[in-house]
Amino acid sequence: MRHIISMLLENEAGALARVAGLFSARGYNIESLTVAPTEDPSLSRLTLVTSGNDEIIEQITKQLNKLIDVVKLVDLTEGSHIEREMMLVKLRAADATARAELKRLVDIFRGRIIDVTDRTYTVEMTGTGDKLDAFIEAVGRRAILEVVRTGVSGIARGEKALRL
Amino acid sequence: MELTGAEIVVRCLRDEGVEYVFGYPGGAVLHIYDALFQQEQVKHILVRHEQGATHAADGYARATGRPGVVLVTSGPGATNAVTGIATAYMDSIPLVVLTGQVPTALIGNDAFQEVDNVGITRPCVKHNFLVKDVRDLALTLKKAFYIATTGRPGPVLVDLPKDVTAAKAPYVYPERVRIRSYNPVTRGHPGQIRRAVDLILRARRPVFYTGGGVILSDAAEVLTELVQRLDYPITSTLMGLGGYPATDRRFLGMLGMHGTYEANMAMHHCDVLIAIGARFDDRVTGNVEKFCPHAKIIHVDIDPASISKNVKVDIPIVGDVGRVLRDMLRVLDATDRSPDREALAAWWRQIEEWRAMDCLKYDREAPVIKPQYVLEQLYEVTRGEAFLTSDVGQHQMWAAQFYKFDKPRRWINSGGLGTMGFGLPAAMGVQLAHPDALVCCITGEGSIQMCIQELSTCKQYGLPIKIINLNNRYLGMVRQWQEFFYQGRYAMSYMDALPDFVALARAYGHVGIRVDRPGDVEGALREALGRKDELVFIDFQTDPTENVYPMIPAGAGQNEMILV
Ligand SMILES: Cc1ncc(C[n+]2csc(CCOP(=O)(O)OP(=O)(O)O)c2C)c(N)n1
Repeated sequence: MRHIISMLLENEAGALARVAGLFSARGYNIESLTVAPTEDPSLSRLTLVTSGNDEIIEQITKQLNKLIDVVKLVDLTEGSHIEREMMLVKLRAADATARAELKRLVDIFRGRIIDVTDRTYTVEMTGTGDKLDAFIEAVGRRAILEVVRTGVSGIARGEKALRL
Repeated sequence: MELTGAEIVVRCLRDEGVEYVFGYPGGAVLHIYDALFQQEQVKHILVRHEQGATHAADGYARATGRPGVVLVTSGPGATNAVTGIATAYMDSIPLVVLTGQVPTALIGNDAFQEVDNVGITRPCVKHNFLVKDVRDLALTLKKAFYIATTGRPGPVLVDLPKDVTAAKAPYVYPERVRIRSYNPVTRGHPGQIRRAVDLILRARRPVFYTGGGVILSDAAEVLTELVQRLDYPITSTLMGLGGYPATDRRFLGMLGMHGTYEANMAMHHCDVLIAIGARFDDRVTGNVEKFCPHAKIIHVDIDPASISKNVKVDIPIVGDVGRVLRDMLRVLDATDRSPDREALAAWWRQIEEWRAMDCLKYDREAPVIKPQYVLEQLYEVTRGEAFLTSDVGQHQMWAAQFYKFDKPRRWINSGGLGTMGFGLPAAMGVQLAHPDALVCCITGEGSIQMCIQELSTCKQYGLPIKIINLNNRYLGMVRQWQEFFYQGRYAMSYMDALPDFVALARAYGHVGIRVDRPGDVEGALREALGRKDELVFIDFQTDPTENVYPMIPAGAGQNEMILV
């Protein structure tokens, strides 16, 4: 099963390498990984998507918790949560029909066209990983010049918060 | 007053109560060596190879429970130390390893003798640090000792750029540290402990399965009390030997791949398995599908990640082994229930039948020296009182099978990583920790040559280790697998051109004795023991074809042993 594991990490040199190294050393897979600072300059928030059966996920969370740089960790998929990923896509948009069609699709998916040339559209879109996949599917491979995804980040619903 | 980084390092070691640093100098650590030179409290042991430094510090740590300290230079000094760091990591041994590094301004420039020490060691340390500012130095060292010695212990590396050891800062060594992301659990959950005791009391065919955690947690005494009060059988892993007196009748011997028949059969047939400070390693479980098929499992361990990693357990208890066992005793004290004595008596009768198989028997009439005989004689001659270090191979298994350890921290070997070359340098650490004790290194002609250069260190510091070389002219354990599983195709397991070990020992300034006949074994051992102040290398010419039995082939269940 797919899990979104989110953690507060000491903002220290090498902390990210420890997390990534653990996954490669123990043969766990990472589908996506995102990391950025938080309001507290000493902490980063790292969110990763991985998959495995219950035993594997249990091991992954235990092993991550053992890392000295991991301050606090939550498996968001254990409770209700919100998942978002941002994507930038550069699309081939050379003729009028293609431009109209793409514009419609972008609207349906609630994306925004953020840059335009005679031959391209650049689209920004936010949503779950599934939604972004669906958009890529809908526009078709041939229209795509470039895809940049941030990887999934997430947060628990309600009042629960991952903080110290 | 301000001190240089190098002086701060030495002051920290002193304030941490460090007796010995095991190391080897080089450019990047010269400031630290200079600071060491100008004081007397912290003594430095100069090894002959950095691998030896790590194993010696490791042996010291295993024999005392205190952290071992290593100091090596950047680049090759650090990479040479990696095998020893990984060895300590796999067996959860507390080490603080100080490595030199090129000056901060040169880091990343492929400078002379630069390697990424923190990167190279990341997968085999509990934690590591690169100190970039001399003002962080003392606190970082404090953290290093704290992390290495608490929770599940392990090696911690501190990388010290040369300029940081030259720069100055005021010296303050903190009394204690708090690390917000590191709070090892020590007390077990009381509800889980009550549930565990309840299950233990309901058992009809119980067995204790104990590991290195008992030793690391100094829990031998309380374990012994618990087991004896219940009168339950107990078996131990390679790492746990000495955690329970081997001469007590309740002890079934070691379990696992080369464990005894009675231990492995008891595991296979038990209905309640009480795992204490052991980690269900593959050398113990064999095929996990077939592991303890009838048992409910209780697992006590300080590392939550060890629990249900390889085998799903029924009652997990995270906590310090000693504390949890004491809490179990308290719960037992408070109850008037007792084990089912009738069921237990039947279980003991069954176990005695298995024990009667005498699975460790060997040919006592053979005209050649049997390795098992040497170990039996060693046990007799030393009255079981020696510290034994070991290398890796058949000799290690025979030592584990035939030397009965009644006390913890007496059996010192590389179980997790299985590092050939460990035995001699580890013995140096043990001998330094216990100058008056008898320290023997059990080895083979293959393993001893991996760190043989440390004979020179032994001479320099007058370490009267007794080296018991079971010389079968083969990489015996490899040869055994080739005999069993490769139809006797002995690829590269015969060692041609062995040195004359007696002459070699003499060349290093030690005493060498060669023994060819079974009748001379005891005499040679007595002579060696009589030479209290000298290192004696006894080269026993043993049967080259002897195998370690019993053996559970890889992938088999615990009841599927190959017997003699
Ligand atoms: C550094 C290292 N290299 C290789 C091995 C693989 N290995 C395990 S046992 C063994 C043979 C050991 O031979 P020896 O020291 O002569 O002991 P014996 O088995 O003959 O008692 C080897 C090569 C190892 N454990 N460690």
